[in-house]
Amino acid sequence: MYRYDEFDAAFVHQRVEQFRDQVARRLNGSLSEDEFRPLRLMNGLYLQLHAYMLRVAIPYGTLSSRQLRALAEIARRYDKGYGHFTTRQNIQFNWPALADIPDILLALAEVEMHAIQTSGNCIRNVTADAFAGAAADEIEDPRVTCEIIRQWSTLHPEFSFLPRKFKIAVTGAPTDRAAVAVHDIGLKIVRNDAGEIGFEVAVGGGQGRTPMLAKVIRPFLPRRHLLSYLEAILRVYNQLGRRDNLYKSRIKILVHEVGTETLTQMVEDEWALIKDGPVELPAGEQERIGRYFAPPPFANLPAEAPRYEAERHRNEAFAAWTRTNVEAHRQQGYAIVTLSLKPAGGVPGDATAEQMDAIADLADRHSFGEIRVSHHQNLILAHVPRADLPDLWRALVALGLATANIGRVSDIIACPGLDFCSLANARSIPVAQRLSERFRDLDRAHDIGELRLNISGCINACGHHHVGHIGILGVDKKGEEFYQITLGGSSAEDAALGALVGPAFAADQVVDAVETIIETYRAHRRTGERFLDTYRRVGLAPFKESLYATA
Amino acid sequence: MKPQILTANRLRDGIVVFFTRDGGWSERIDDSRLSDDEASRAEMVAAGERAAAAGTVVGPYLIDAAVSGGHIRADRLRERIRAAGPTAGSEQTLKYV
Repeated sequence: MYRYDEFDAAFVHQRVEQFRDQVARRLNGSLSEDEFRPLRLMNGLYLQLHAYMLRVAIPYGTLSSRQLRALAEIARRYDKGYGHFTTRQNIQFNWPALADIPDILLALAEVEMHAIQTSGNCIRNVTADAFAGAAADEIEDPRVTCEIIRQWSTLHPEFSFLPRKFKIAVTGAPTDRAAVAVHDIGLKIVRNDAGEIGFEVAVGGGQGRTPMLAKVIRPFLPRRHLLSYLEAILRVYNQLGRRDNLYKSRIKILVHEVGTETLTQMVEDEWALIKDGPVELPAGEQERIGRYFAPPPFANLPAEAPRYEAERHRNEAFAAWTRTNVEAHRQQGYAIVTLSLKPAGGVPGDATAEQMDAIADLADRHSFGEIRVSHHQNLILAHVPRADLPDLWRALVALGLATANIGRVSDIIACPGLDFCSLANARSIPVAQRLSERFRDLDRAHDIGELRLNISGCINACGHHHVGHIGILGVDKKGEEFYQITLGGSSAEDAALGALVGPAFAADQVVDAVETIIETYRAHRRTGERFLDTYRRVGLAPFKESLYATA
Repeated sequence: MKPQILTANRLRDGIVVFFTRDGGWSERIDDSRLSDDEASRAEMVAAGERAAAAGTVVGPYLIDAAVSGGHIRADRLRERIRAAGPTAGSEQTLKYV
């Protein structure tokens, strides 16, 4: 499993002590807020509506049980007993005091964690498929690539003051669980006709006020050229990305303004100058870093697990859970289990300190002490023997973590919204809570089938509303909360941006509106069609009609 | 003139505070000093700037408010949520609060 090397350990501890000094100088008045703000942002510390918020990176979505216990302890000791898992494989603490931050960062450093690259106009913490190293359809573990990028990008002097933040995501499987199409750079690990592994490179995706899907600028990049090619892209962006207008500063705007073809040529020209230079991956480096992500010592298990099969036949609740929350594993006899942080009426992505401790224990017992964080704001035990599933399920039921709703209507992505965020225009969490209450009947949810419902409390789109099959965007209309609804978005391998269905709904109408949309889908669907398939076939018209037709 | 109050976040812990009638800072919006004339408003802004410079609070700013039923109520939803805390969230269901 991933661990720091000695350079990282020394560097992170140095950074903690540096920030401890900066916090002390802020508290004693030597630093003004204007001076301190960029320093705290370099350490993941925001000032939100009610308090400071600390955003901690969970590199490539992988946590050890020891690390999860440390997060639980921080939640208990320095916060209000819970943490919030975000859409970017981070955890946020909503209530830490400034004076405690250096101690929190030290507690994190002790378990090889930090809050670096979680804020600011740098290359942010790289994200990956949460099923990395476990998915049955994987070509290669994407975390190795992520770590190579991380070692290159951390404190990279040339890329520490970019026009704007820069997000990279990597998938190692054809099924895209990393939303690569809505990142500044999306990397897809592919195999060419000669059987060599490389990358399909896409640039200029993103959400926010100007959503765009990334454009493929190179269908196959040989592995050794990864960093020189990324460097070429970053150089073009660093030089030409707009610094005059915050709203036009992301690389997606540059790609849009110059056109994909021109941008590709600029990158290729820049690359020609640095290709085969010092940042090419040396022979053996992929393998060396790959050893940090060595698979756990899997047992040689039979494909069939009689205990599991027997339980599935006699226990319908368990069987339903296995259909939604359990996925195929590359290793025979094992399964990938998603723990739902989306109980009916709950806060999407929140986990209490007690839950985190209990999950750490379950990971030790059933999954080689390893936990994953998905961009859908759920936790995952990636390597569970199938025979263990009945026991694990019973333990998760007791913890409130076994809601059988993964990929269903109540598996909602939601940003913190106006309840916490100083940028928000409207609340997200109460809307998510009312929706998951309305659709708490799991038989109904399973009949509706795969549905991605995403909610953002402002145009910045942290709740990924543009790529929800149904997307909800909170807006402020003369002091009242209203919610716009988009249909047809997707962050998966069939990525698409949603289309606005019509005028916004008042807060007390939005849940009914979603129900109307879902009932319209049910009336129009053909056998086997998901919501998204039906929408793509019939378009907006029937939904507009049922939502806005006057009686 | 629309009544206003002065709010900020406390530097040490980020908690929402309001400038009070006795010139201090309180977590309770009801303790706020209400201002409805230019002179007292300028006075409050100056006091806020001094408190920010002294490292007591961060980012003080005026907000519209009104008195109703003996309580001070901010006009905007954002400010009412700042004053009262999140309307939804895990801290409301946890015993640590």
